[in-house]
Amino acid sequence: MADFWGTVFNFENYGELVVLVQNSIYAGALLGIVGGLIGVFVMQRDLQFAVHGISELSFAGASAALLLGVNVVLGSTLGSLLAALLIGVLGVRARERNSIVAVLMPFGLGLGILFLALYEGRTANKFGLLTGQVVSVDNEQLGLLVTISIVVILGLGIMWRPLSFASVDADVARARGLPVTAISVAFMILLGLAVAVSIQIVGALLVLALLVTPAAAAMRVTASPFLTPLLSVLFAVAAMVGGILLALGGGLPISPFVTTISFAIYLVCRVIGRRHSIRSRSRRVSPALESRIPA
Amino acid sequence: MPAPVTPPILSIRSATLSFGDRPLWRGLNLDLQAGEFLAVLGPNGTGKTSLLKTILGQQQLTSGTVELLGAPVRRGSREIGYIPQQKLLEQGTPLRARDLIAFGINGHRWGLPISSAALRRQVDQVLESVGASDYGHSSVATLSGGEQQRIRVGQAIAGNPRLLLCDEPLLSLDLHHQRAVSDLIDEKRRQLNTAVVFVTHDVNPILGMVDRVLYLAGGQFRIGTPDEVLRSEVLSYMYDTPVEVIRSRGRIIVVGAPDGYGAHDHDVHHVEGGAH
Repeated sequence: MADFWGTVFNFENYGELVVLVQNSIYAGALLGIVGGLIGVFVMQRDLQFAVHGISELSFAGASAALLLGVNVVLGSTLGSLLAALLIGVLGVRARERNSIVAVLMPFGLGLGILFLALYEGRTANKFGLLTGQVVSVDNEQLGLLVTISIVVILGLGIMWRPLSFASVDADVARARGLPVTAISVAFMILLGLAVAVSIQIVGALLVLALLVTPAAAAMRVTASPFLTPLLSVLFAVAAMVGGILLALGGGLPISPFVTTISFAIYLVCRVIGRRHSIRSRSRRVSPALESRIPA
Repeated sequence: MPAPVTPPILSIRSATLSFGDRPLWRGLNLDLQAGEFLAVLGPNGTGKTSLLKTILGQQQLTSGTVELLGAPVRRGSREIGYIPQQKLLEQGTPLRARDLIAFGINGHRWGLPISSAALRRQVDQVLESVGASDYGHSSVATLSGGEQQRIRVGQAIAGNPRLLLCDEPLLSLDLHHQRAVSDLIDEKRRQLNTAVVFVTHDVNPILGMVDRVLYLAGGQFRIGTPDEVLRSEVLSYMYDTPVEVIRSRGRIIVVGAPDGYGAHDHDVHHVEGGAH
């Protein structure tokens, strides 16, 4: 038992380790911002399943890059952009989108497994693409991750208002002359980029913990247009940085720590959200009831 | 009907729309003046929604022209306020009622939704004018159907449009809210002198405010005042079968229309155009 906990949590030489992975911690925090922000729109646009689909093709792209010996971030970006555009263009309606994702997902995963099987390098690299890695991110890749993350954050900042409008009511936005289709394609590109950077650290199988769970948790406790993205970012950064710090000592990948923190935050938010909604419901219902009673 | 002294807001000329070889309507001519209220009636599949899409530039006519304020329609316009039917908004949607209204003013602008004091005042005014000040700060997902439609009316009029397009805005509201929301739309078009195109399957809630009716059925159309169009002879001719239009206590009931128009619905309060 002591062995188990020793593997999961190990804080020997912790100070030195933190310095070693300093860059990864910054990258993790940046990824938290990306995931927390884009998650708010993933939830509103009902793209949770699509995120999973994109990540599997991103995984295929990354493993192809690994096999060919080219930049893995580049490979995963190409894979996820391709998937995001396919899903965005072919799956305009929710039902169509779900079938397209369901068709693409196993194909991507299968391709990825094929490429990994052919790859003869370190097994840690292989496994890392699926379940996350952190130390193996070298400086060149880190630079690319940071650049892509900044592109996503800036892109979201520029489209925030029309994207919110189009997400809550595409018909009205279209009637007002907004380029709803172009906005949707642009969003899918940003989503593809966000997935591509996320799988480098949390792994293809676990991106939802970064791109969906924090936003879903925030939406349980608030519906404010400012607090929702703020809390979502806060939750995602806490999960990412917390996960990296906890994983440091042991020999385990960071993803179980990230997903567990993320999940715990969600649980807490559900409990708070339930209390909150009961209170607000009773507040909003009672005057309506009173008004129905004839004076 | 107001006298056509000014150029029309909306002008439709010899418009024909067919899907494949099935014409929905043929040779439609319509001029809509500022402040005029047009109800578009008819059973499903007769091109009521397609007409709205045509006006919004999202549907190409087979032949003919549609002009908004003297210019051919483009894809969407800020001169148009659009009120859709009520729909369920996801719990947790991070928007308050007042944010929806703000979209009607600046939703097309890029950037972060940071609102100026001037914008907040403008939104407050709209909230007050549609009687929604009490729930301006409520999350949109907690609004009732009637509250939500009030906000949508506010959103549609917030940019002072010249034309209001309403696509079944009363659907799934109870009678009380149908009345409140349609009264609100009527009040706003009078205040702002906005032309209104109101697509509905039930003319009764808006009967008192309608200037003209466009009735679509059987590949044909009739335009005129409600008294001219909603008559047994006219509808019998259009449907090519005996149809009876009964007026009872200020309401209109259509009996015997084939394929849904009132025939399957025995609720005498409604003139049904078929389920949605």
